[in-house]
Amino acid sequence: MSVSNLLENWSKFRHNHPVEDKDHVDWEAYPSDIKWAMAIDLDACTGCNACSVACYAENNLPVVGKEKYSHGQEMHWMRIERYWGEENGEFVADQGAQFLPMMCQHCEAAPCETVCPVGATNHTEDGLNSQIYNRCIGSRYCSANCPFKVRYFNWYNYPEQENAWPAPMEQQLNPDLTVRTKGVMEKCTFCKQRTYAARNTARTEGREVADGEVQTACQQACPTGAISFGNLHDPQSRVAKQWAQQGVDITKEKQDKDVKKGEDEQKAGLRGYRILEDLRPYPSVMYLERVRESALERVRGSAE
Amino acid sequence: MGKDIREDIAWAKINRDVMKSLENPRRLYWVILFAAMMVFSVGVGCEIYQYSTGMGVANMNNPHMWGLYIATFIFWIGMSHSGTLLSAILHLMHADWRKPIYRFAEAMTTFSLMTAGLFVAVHLGRVWQIYYSLPYPNERGIWPNFQSPLLWDAMAIFTYLSSSVIFLYIGSIPDFAIARDNIHPGWRKKLYSILALGWEGTDRQWRNFRVTYLTVACFLIPLAVSVHSIVASDFAMSQQPGWHVTSFPPYFVAGALYSGCAAIITLFIILRYVFKFEEYMTLPILRKTVRLTFAIAMVWTYLNCIEFASVWYSHDQVAKDVLIQKATGPYAPFWWAMIFCGSVVPFAMMVKKWQVNIPIMFAVSLLLNVGMWLERWMIVAPTYSHGYYPWTWDHDQWPSMIQWGIVFGSFGWFTLLFMVFCKIVPSVSMYEVKEMVYHRSQATKKKQLGVEGAH
Repeated sequence: MSVSNLLENWSKFRHNHPVEDKDHVDWEAYPSDIKWAMAIDLDACTGCNACSVACYAENNLPVVGKEKYSHGQEMHWMRIERYWGEENGEFVADQGAQFLPMMCQHCEAAPCETVCPVGATNHTEDGLNSQIYNRCIGSRYCSANCPFKVRYFNWYNYPEQENAWPAPMEQQLNPDLTVRTKGVMEKCTFCKQRTYAARNTARTEGREVADGEVQTACQQACPTGAISFGNLHDPQSRVAKQWAQQGVDITKEKQDKDVKKGEDEQKAGLRGYRILEDLRPYPSVMYLERVRESALERVRGSAE
Repeated sequence: MGKDIREDIAWAKINRDVMKSLENPRRLYWVILFAAMMVFSVGVGCEIYQYSTGMGVANMNNPHMWGLYIATFIFWIGMSHSGTLLSAILHLMHADWRKPIYRFAEAMTTFSLMTAGLFVAVHLGRVWQIYYSLPYPNERGIWPNFQSPLLWDAMAIFTYLSSSVIFLYIGSIPDFAIARDNIHPGWRKKLYSILALGWEGTDRQWRNFRVTYLTVACFLIPLAVSVHSIVASDFAMSQQPGWHVTSFPPYFVAGALYSGCAAIITLFIILRYVFKFEEYMTLPILRKTVRLTFAIAMVWTYLNCIEFASVWYSHDQVAKDVLIQKATGPYAPFWWAMIFCGSVVPFAMMVKKWQVNIPIMFAVSLLLNVGMWLERWMIVAPTYSHGYYPWTWDHDQWPSMIQWGIVFGSFGWFTLLFMVFCKIVPSVSMYEVKEMVYHRSQATKKKQLGVEGAH
């Protein structure tokens, strides 16, 4: 332990994220050959909440109960948000409520990572935003700086004091990951217990992780197949194809679907975007806009 | 306007009067001490409950991750600035009217920093791991994150606290010697003998003392500015609307001096009565402090307007929404109360008659500090209730009684420390008051001679 040790580690501490003033991802410089990413088709989402339930089961999330829920202290890593259209200050059910599944966006330049005083949240070499429970002291600065508000804090000691899993329910806890104690932050991990298991298997068998080999719990549970998950680094993966098809690139802060509105016919039907891109956190989750009347009009309008 | 201090006070009388404050204060002193203990124990009780149950009892939730703890933390940090202003900045500017009141202002600096430090601990989810945020050598080679403004905060506050303790101590050495020579034998005499470091008042000692005092004063001024600028960067360095404001560091420093000066007026009035310091904490000195406070109030008001204007001209819709929501949303009553207490009430200090009216100034100084506390809360909370992400917009959360209890308790803790300090350390600087009396009487004599000489 010395200053030279510090300087040496410090230079490696914040490894380059793929953006770095380039207009495309430099995969050569990327620290590993895996970059996990997601695509969610909002047109397919029915708001059934199966993804959220699956996440609870997979990731040992405590069910906090009615009283704590009413205080907004729920722990749903994957949440379904409902939005209604607004016209003249009134909510109108334009083709019903619209749903948005929201979870940690695993930003490549994550606002949460730089502000943690103890470095408990970091970027992994496969493009995940990780949370080290043992290191977290609970300053909650990461959540304060998260634009998406997808970080959940253990307000209570759920495993022990709150009896979140009364016997025999503790038997159904997932043994592949821990339960979290009070005072630490947690959030969606892209089911890292599954991704690391797949990577280990692939390494043992001396091959690459195949596309579709890893499914996240939410993806697995989605009845309409709205969620796809995979390696963005592999151009043949489903998720990479979807991103490419929509012209969404991890380094972009504006989308083709917005930029070329009405000008470029080829891009008129595009639906891909990422949430709050203009803040430049470079999220790893692409959403496909829901096809509404307004969107159809835009396509028709540009076709004329 | 009368004189700041009577020029014919005998030095022995100064000693006697100040030493009396260490012996027999009014009965009100014990009442205040007892009340402070009660208030503090409320805070301790709340913290014990929160510690054992979890942060949830503070009634925070997902968007509302920071609450009154952080707001009150900034409040106490701000409170600490006026001590440095009075003792270091005014010392360099040779404003000698500060001399009878700077000692307690400096004590205020130290104790409010200690109170602020408590809030860092109270706020943390896992306070038992607080040492993770210190860059201590460990065999795992793990360092804290030097990019985080919270870490800069921890370092700045620690530096400021240790420096202000040193400054307070150095400035008190000649007084400890006076106390050693005048107090009856007992444990306190032994204590003062140790604290006085063998001070005899020789020329050489005085010369070294002056140099040291000046050096530490010069060292402390940039620290005071930096510490609140760094607290401001906790907000300004983040990405959230309403926080991401370039003018925050000077705005915070101005607010800090403002609330600190208001607190000096409050404590001035209390000490003056409790320890019978009417001869030293005179009304003309109060008037000067009030004028200084008024000037700082106007600087703060100006910077507040700058903040609004820059949000408005930025065309950053989200930041604008936060500002509009502050004025019209769920926090509107508190926001307008802040504007009223912070920018309207200080105009009472313009009325010459009121400047020396003790009940009015006491009420005004308390109102100013209410306003400044609200200001800190209005920086922290509204951003959460109307940030970037629409899902959070209907997740308002009212702080629980646990939060309020701990905030309340902190005032007890501060008062307790302060009152104990005043009983142990001379809260009026005896040697500096003597200097002041001497210089003033010399000046008067010179003037008289000059007038006579003209004839």
